[in-house]
Amino acid sequence: MKKLLAMLLCLCMVFVFAACGDNSTTDTDKDDAKVLSIDDVEITVADKIDAVKKEDLKVGFIFLHDQNSTYDKNFIDAANAACEALGIKDDQVIMKTGIPEGEECYTTAKELVNAGCQVIFADSFGHEPYMIKAAKEFPKVQFCHATGVRGKTECLGNYHTAFAEIYKGRYLAGIAAGMKLNEMINKGDFKAEEAKMGYVGAFPYAEVISGYTSFYLGAKSVCPTVTMEVQYTQSWFDIEKENTAAKALIANGCKLISQHADSSGAPSACEDAKVPNVAYNVDTSNIGPNTAIISSKISWVPYMTMMIKAMLDGTTIPADYCATLEEDAVLLTALTKNAAEGTQKAIDDAKAKLIDGSLKVFDTKTFTVGGKELTTYLADVVDMGDFVPDTEAIVDGRFIESEKRSAPYFNVIIDGITVPQS
Amino acid sequence: MTNAKTKQVHEPLIHITKRDDCSFAKSAIVHLIGVVIALVFSSLLIIAVTGQNPISLFKSMFEGVFGTPIANSGINKKYVESLHIVAILLCISLAVTPSFKMKFWNIGAEGQVLMGCLVSAYCMIEFGGEMNNTLLLIVMVVASVIMGAIWAIIPAICKAYWNTNETLFTLMMNYVAMTLVSYFIMVKDKSGRSDLGIINERTGYGYLPDLFERNYIFNILIVAFVTILMFIYLKYSKQGYEISVVGESQNTARYIGVNVKKVIIRTVAISGAICGLVGFMIIAGDKHSIKDSIVGGQGFTAIMVSWMAGFNPIVMIPVSMLIVFLSVGSKFATSAFKLDNSIGDILTAIVIFSIIACEFFIRYKVNFRKSAKGDK
Repeated sequence: MKKLLAMLLCLCMVFVFAACGDNSTTDTDKDDAKVLSIDDVEITVADKIDAVKKEDLKVGFIFLHDQNSTYDKNFIDAANAACEALGIKDDQVIMKTGIPEGEECYTTAKELVNAGCQVIFADSFGHEPYMIKAAKEFPKVQFCHATGVRGKTECLGNYHTAFAEIYKGRYLAGIAAGMKLNEMINKGDFKAEEAKMGYVGAFPYAEVISGYTSFYLGAKSVCPTVTMEVQYTQSWFDIEKENTAAKALIANGCKLISQHADSSGAPSACEDAKVPNVAYNVDTSNIGPNTAIISSKISWVPYMTMMIKAMLDGTTIPADYCATLEEDAVLLTALTKNAAEGTQKAIDDAKAKLIDGSLKVFDTKTFTVGGKELTTYLADVVDMGDFVPDTEAIVDGRFIESEKRSAPYFNVIIDGITVPQS
Repeated sequence: MTNAKTKQVHEPLIHITKRDDCSFAKSAIVHLIGVVIALVFSSLLIIAVTGQNPISLFKSMFEGVFGTPIANSGINKKYVESLHIVAILLCISLAVTPSFKMKFWNIGAEGQVLMGCLVSAYCMIEFGGEMNNTLLLIVMVVASVIMGAIWAIIPAICKAYWNTNETLFTLMMNYVAMTLVSYFIMVKDKSGRSDLGIINERTGYGYLPDLFERNYIFNILIVAFVTILMFIYLKYSKQGYEISVVGESQNTARYIGVNVKKVIIRTVAISGAICGLVGFMIIAGDKHSIKDSIVGGQGFTAIMVSWMAGFNPIVMIPVSMLIVFLSVGSKFATSAFKLDNSIGDILTAIVIFSIIACEFFIRYKVNFRKSAKGDK
């Protein structure tokens, strides 16, 4: 009996640790089904909403954390601003903070329906399946989800997703970074070929890769010799890890740091080391009075305004919406005194060109992959939970980021950017 | 008592003696007073810090836990969800109890549950769709239970044979488990964001079925069953008695012919096995997803529940209900009143603290100086 038990236990151990090694075998079996691109699958038709009287409207919000997190504060501030601008009173707005990415999200959505909300907004990626579950249960209520990927293909008329063209904001912030590098090169701080930037990213995830690539391309547009080194923290918010990663990058010879992670870790490391920093989502000029240059961020005010107006006017909320630079959904904070001379003008010029369409961020002539120009690339746009690339994303000499779906799907590592080996 | 002239009697103003027995009624009254004091104190705090009406805040807590019927269906499922949270916490408390009763300080429940979760999630991913769903669930249960037991047995063997410190060992095993889960996610994840999302979302392989058109009922029934078994095991079985003896004195146990090593390993294995079962319930019956923080500190809260209930499985039911009521209710109320979440934590802490303080008055008797009374 004892021997049998011991053998069973050993087997169990082997079986668990085998889990860590054999990921190659299962991937290949499931490729038989035909992969459909986003142009071939059925697309959601958004429901026509019955207009709600202004005094009867109730709006529900689901936030991952409370205002102590910069990510959620951005949404909470936008919700307050949009409601105030449209004359929605405080008692018509219900905000639920600290809702984890799990069953609780579904429960909270039900509570909000119960409290009389006709439209419910959730702010975190992991809320998506639970919002969909609630949307199926309450077809008369509108469900809007920021950063989601399934609005366009889920074919649920009352479920909507949204993102913003943040890659354009990153590109403009990148120009400020490139100008700063040029200034330092001209001052003789280092040679042009030593111009290397560091980037503290959260995860090797499309949203992050798209963000740092557009940032890099912005810098490269003014400082052609620039290279970039990326470090991942494997967390969306970790002050200590972000701080350590920034320090490591600086020690590796990075002359300027940027980040896609929400804490003050990287900006404060830059301030300590007197290395310029370009931030994201928050104005860091108070953390780095001598090093902060500029920060790009998404403003959710235009989307939330549109969402509430659609409820009041009885129109539709798009199934999947990418908020744009021209409607001020992508913002840059004011340039600080640390920026190089002429930066404002360079940013304004590029912004005008991005808006009129004469400048494209992911123009395939401006970058190479493995030494060659990218002429074809299949991106995973239709999210079936399979991570199989399905849609051609190179059209007319550019990568069509956020056009087939609002959430970013650019996940190519281009030349000039080094990432850690996985 | 305030009379200072009685100094000649060298007796302290207050002295404390151990109480041998405390009737149930008396203990209930002490606890009631404790809770009332806690409520008054937290009400004052609410008024002072937030300026809100404490009564409506408490009302909101009730609503958060028991819910109100959902508009379009008339069905209220909230209390089932609250009951399910109670069930999970209760089950982990039951799991740690035999070890604690034996004075084996197993603070590794968090890791043991997590290993159960890991193995369940692994089975769901690897075997989902390759076998009958019932068979898959059975494989998941067996694998989780064995894995939970292994995670507990490792420190138990070291304790039994080499007398290592089990507190440190089990604590460290928690971190090993967390790292293994992170590694597993990193290997299995294809999105790059180190998140497996909901496993088998479209197929539902390895999900516990709904009973009576409700989810969670399966888990609640399993825990009810485990509670009864544990009560009988500890109170009426020979092994339960051995656990008490080893806990009281290992030498006595040896003297009466108990194999102490065997009892330690067996008992801790039972603890770990139940933790593994909880891991299965969390994955198959609730979250259908895995991350290193999925147990959410309940492995530690359970230790408190077990102690506050005096290691009695039946008493653990109300205790875990109270703790869940406080945490779920205060979270709902603070959100409804747009307060910071930490206010809820403070309220919970005040209530729990006063209940633990009650224990003091039940176990010990406070005697005032007799001579002071005599003076009057």
